[in-house]
Amino acid sequence: MKLLTLNFLTCARKTCKSTAAAFPLHPKEAELEQVEMELNPLFVKNMLPRLDWEAMKTLATELGLPNLPAETPVAEELANESGEPTQTLRDLHTLLMETAIASGKLVCGNCGHEYAVKEGIANFLLPSHMV
Amino acid sequence: MEYLIRFIQMHETFRQPEIDALADLAGIQMDWVFYSEDSPFAIIRFHDSAADEATARALIARSVLSDEIYELWGSGTDYNRLHADIRRRTQTLWPQHSTRSFRFKVDSYHGSRSLAEQRQLIETFDYMSFTGPIRMSKPDNHFTIFEHYDLDTPAPRALHFGRLIAQSGRKAINKYNLKKRTYIATTSMDAELSLVTANLAHAAPGTLTYDPFMGTGSFPLACAHFGSTVFGSDLDGRSIRGTAHRNVSKNFTQYATTPLYLGALIADLTHTPLRPSRLLNAIICDPPYGVREGLKVLGSTRPALQQIVHLADGTPAHLQPGYIPPKKAYSFTRMLDDILAFSADRLVDGGRLCMWMPVAGSGVPVGCEAAAAAAPPPPPSDAPETPDTHIDKVEAEAEAEVEAEAETEAEYPIPRHPALALISICQQDFNKWSRRLLTYRRLPDNQVDETAISAYTAQRLLAEETSQLSGSDGTGKFKADDLNDFRKRYFQGFRGEPGAGT
Repeated sequence: MKLLTLNFLTCARKTCKSTAAAFPLHPKEAELEQVEMELNPLFVKNMLPRLDWEAMKTLATELGLPNLPAETPVAEELANESGEPTQTLRDLHTLLMETAIASGKLVCGNCGHEYAVKEGIANFLLPSHMV
Repeated sequence: MEYLIRFIQMHETFRQPEIDALADLAGIQMDWVFYSEDSPFAIIRFHDSAADEATARALIARSVLSDEIYELWGSGTDYNRLHADIRRRTQTLWPQHSTRSFRFKVDSYHGSRSLAEQRQLIETFDYMSFTGPIRMSKPDNHFTIFEHYDLDTPAPRALHFGRLIAQSGRKAINKYNLKKRTYIATTSMDAELSLVTANLAHAAPGTLTYDPFMGTGSFPLACAHFGSTVFGSDLDGRSIRGTAHRNVSKNFTQYATTPLYLGALIADLTHTPLRPSRLLNAIICDPPYGVREGLKVLGSTRPALQQIVHLADGTPAHLQPGYIPPKKAYSFTRMLDDILAFSADRLVDGGRLCMWMPVAGSGVPVGCEAAAAAAPPPPPSDAPETPDTHIDKVEAEAEAEVEAEAETEAEYPIPRHPALALISICQQDFNKWSRRLLTYRRLPDNQVDETAISAYTAQRLLAEETSQLSGSDGTGKFKADDLNDFRKRYFQGFRGEPGAGT
């Protein structure tokens, strides 16, 4: 599961959704993989305002990735004067699109439930007593 | 200049909404000068007087339900009138085309012409005095004579003549043919309608599309074909994982769109892990109808399963690897409402929801008929129709349809949400039932009626409570048939109901 997708996800339990602690989910025993992908500057630019940057920073710290800038990069930082992709864009691309959790667990900060990730696919199904 | 769209004569109710969606996506404003469900030839006019071939190309490039777009040189009910119309409209254009290579073709709908007759017909166009070479392959100009016959009549009732501008994107159907796809399942949506749905959803580069019932990924694949980044989820992890060589990601590998595939989740829409924020440009789905694929959500009706289940050795069952959570049947109407509420919370302003739903009976939906027979288009001097008035019109039509329908058939009324404007209703007919593709657009918050939203939320809460209290046999348990009227009637063979088809 790509780190971009992880930024969209919270705990699946209805009682957790409204709590601040349920987002972001915390990776545990996570095995990361790096898959090289074609750069999609327009998509990265469109996603920037939809990202929760605080959650991104927490995630980077928890996964032991290099520290992220304090603020969300703005669209102007993604391309230089001649329209070439900048290092900022490449870093974002690597972080969001090329880094993925191959296996491990995602833990809700509110209820502590662990969602398993296997072969890059996270399982958000809940047992009936949690529904 | 007017343009002629050569449609395919199939999926008639999808054709106009597809072109409208593509015009909207490309920022093109246009009017329908002529459109009929019975004809594969439609005539359009662009509002912008500077619109040219490039505009026509941009409009048709992605279309799946049309073949080509032509510059319309003339129309008529017989050949004399056609020739007169061509002279009137295009005489000034002839010199600029006179030395170019060219070819002619005769396209007879519901009729045919022998080669000798075709040649004779083509010769009657000699007054344009083209002196360029005739080339059957890759000519500079490709002219087509269109004839529309009524069935079993000797003479055509309508004629058009046009110069080919561009081919549509219909070839993609062949590429995405299910027969050639690595990984499919019993209910995979066919290539043509997946691509049409992706067009209606405005899938495009830089956008993010989500399919909450992805199965083997037919819709995400179609959206990725148009450059949208996609992800999806399904309640059944097996359908996503497939086998080592046949799974959803292998499908993306097959079509070389892997960079656009974010991945898949195993999740239930009623307990979605997607945070309620405006993240998505489009949501596109074909929810299970409860017939070939059961409609299930997480949860159980068995009292014993409402608490943590412990195994013999005292460990909780749900923490075991390979644990499969119980699922229960769910009402189709509630699922549709859930999809709308989910979409209203997560679509960006102007984002689109495309959703399929089944209905008993067949026949053209009233709304589309009304749209087809719509009042004659306004004269070109009219102010361009703003998107909002257009939506209002469509909504009024849809509203009228819902009312008209209530008297005849349909288990499920068209679901509505105050934050979503209904844009189009398309219908695919089968023998005794049909399915509809509903397209909605997320309204910006300042256009959403707040009292309507709170009334809607209250009504949904009430419906949820009532459904928890009652059950078909008083035990709080539902059978799949009680929850799903379409399923019930499907297995009864749609008998003894008005409008149930033949």
